[in-house]
Amino acid sequence: MLDRNKIRDDFPMIKSEEAKGRIYLDSAATSFKPQCVIDKVMDYYTKENANIHRGDYDLSYQVSSEYEEVRKLCAKFLNADSEREIIFTNGASSSLNLVAYGYGQKFLKEGDIILSTEAEHASNILPWFKVQEVTGAKIEYIPLDKEGIFDMEGYKRLLNELGDKVKVITLAHVANVLGNIVPLKEIIEEAHKVGAVVVVDGAQSVPHIKTDVRDLDIDFLCFSSHKMLGPSGVGVLYGKYELLEKMDPFMLGGGSNARFDICGNILLKEPPFKFEAGTPCVEGVLGFGEALKYLMAIGMENVEEEGKELHDYFMKRMLELDNVEVYNPKSETSIVTFNVKGIFAQDAAGYLNSQGIAVRSGTHCAKILLNVIGVSETIRASLYLYNTKEEIDRVIEVLKETTLEKCIGAIL
Amino acid sequence: MMDSNLKRDIIMDHYETPRNKRTPQSDDYLKKHMAADSCIDDITIYIKFDGDKIVDVSFDGVGCTISTASTSIMTELIKGKTVKEALHIIDEYEKMLSEDSYEEDLLEEANAFDTLSKQANRISCGLIGIKGMKEILENYDK
Ligand SMILES: Cc1ncc(COP(=O)(O)O)c(C=O)c1O
Repeated sequence: MLDRNKIRDDFPMIKSEEAKGRIYLDSAATSFKPQCVIDKVMDYYTKENANIHRGDYDLSYQVSSEYEEVRKLCAKFLNADSEREIIFTNGASSSLNLVAYGYGQKFLKEGDIILSTEAEHASNILPWFKVQEVTGAKIEYIPLDKEGIFDMEGYKRLLNELGDKVKVITLAHVANVLGNIVPLKEIIEEAHKVGAVVVVDGAQSVPHIKTDVRDLDIDFLCFSSHKMLGPSGVGVLYGKYELLEKMDPFMLGGGSNARFDICGNILLKEPPFKFEAGTPCVEGVLGFGEALKYLMAIGMENVEEEGKELHDYFMKRMLELDNVEVYNPKSETSIVTFNVKGIFAQDAAGYLNSQGIAVRSGTHCAKILLNVIGVSETIRASLYLYNTKEEIDRVIEVLKETTLEKCIGAIL
Repeated sequence: MMDSNLKRDIIMDHYETPRNKRTPQSDDYLKKHMAADSCIDDITIYIKFDGDKIVDVSFDGVGCTISTASTSIMTELIKGKTVKEALHIIDEYEKMLSEDSYEEDLLEEANAFDTLSKQANRISCGLIGIKGMKEILENYDK
């Protein structure tokens, strides 16, 4: 059992005096951080401030090895073969761009197909628009049904039709507006039959569900630390080692090369180091390590199971409300996307804010999704392991009585 | 300060039955498209001039209550005015939103937004359409 009240005690953003009465339902944008993560970041600056991978003194050695320990921990978290498959980046966007640039732009050519969906976050589709422009490869969209659910038959039909022209499949394990889990294992199995490489945007899935890269046979996995209790400014690109070996780095510079000469020859280091030019966000990576430890101590199975339970409770109560329209009744993790009937999303979100409830309104960076669900502007409420049933009950009470008059009242 | 029930009624009214909300069919209007980058508000403003005078102003698009109502109210305020008068009204409106002293009488129903300045995250909603008008007016004035 996940003791949510005990967990809440670990989060200054929840237990502080100023936090009284606040209900945070925007963890899909960024999560709160537990004290241990905050302390670790502080400790770096107060106790072990030194650069990594350089210097011959104790401090630098110590912080370098801690940094590399986080890489090992992350490999373990994902059940990767080796920590050499873990690249630290600035975040999911940075990881996704790195794959599109270093793999997509390098290996794709005219006639090749990239498969994706209309539910993708801008960070997972715009880099592939660029690949399209630069290489002449083309993006095709895997069909989704009215609720945005992945259409396996449609996908297989596409693969059948296009065969080995499909070189890359890129999609979110959990989409940021819809919150349903795609059948990744089967998707990847089918993709590999035609020789395609699968890029998984794990920004919304890795924080919530156990992600075993070997079991799922994922080729590339991208996610952010800040959505899973860690600091911002840090992300991960997991890649199968043989793919990382042939892929190009996005940046060149200090730390990524073994040697170079005046004639312009560069000998890059092996992965993951060839991808990590420049001084990284050291304190962020160390803090991320604490976040991983925190999640692993609870157990991702528990986070997943109890997360679903709380989400299902939230969804059930939302579906009972007559004045609310839910767009993703089949979602499974964290996210509920809705509107209060007859009220513009931003107005309703403004009213919720006046009641201490933090939700996000807008297109949620998935601007082409409106073709699928038919509305452009929605409210997204998202949960994490520090939210409680009591909070949900309060949100339901507030939503029940949300009217246009009250929304306008909130700005008067 | 305006009474808050009155303010609410004014905003509701202009949101539910916005004035001058249409795309003009003729091409003798100057127009300005305004799309917010932080939300879905997407409004186009149309103004028709006769010499120095604003003979018609309208808008179209999608917006929240604040952006729709504020734009609607402002179309009524500046219609029939000279460019200079209209810019003056807009100026006073902007002063109200930045909590400077302003000429209340000039703003009539726009006084419904006299506390919008307290909602930092919504001020841009109350400005989007009006900024569009201002740009057209300033460009016309040049
Ligand atoms: C599905 C998905 N992909 C990618 C991202 C981008 O993450 P970041 O902003 O941390 O780079 C997000 C963040 O909102 C997301 O939800």
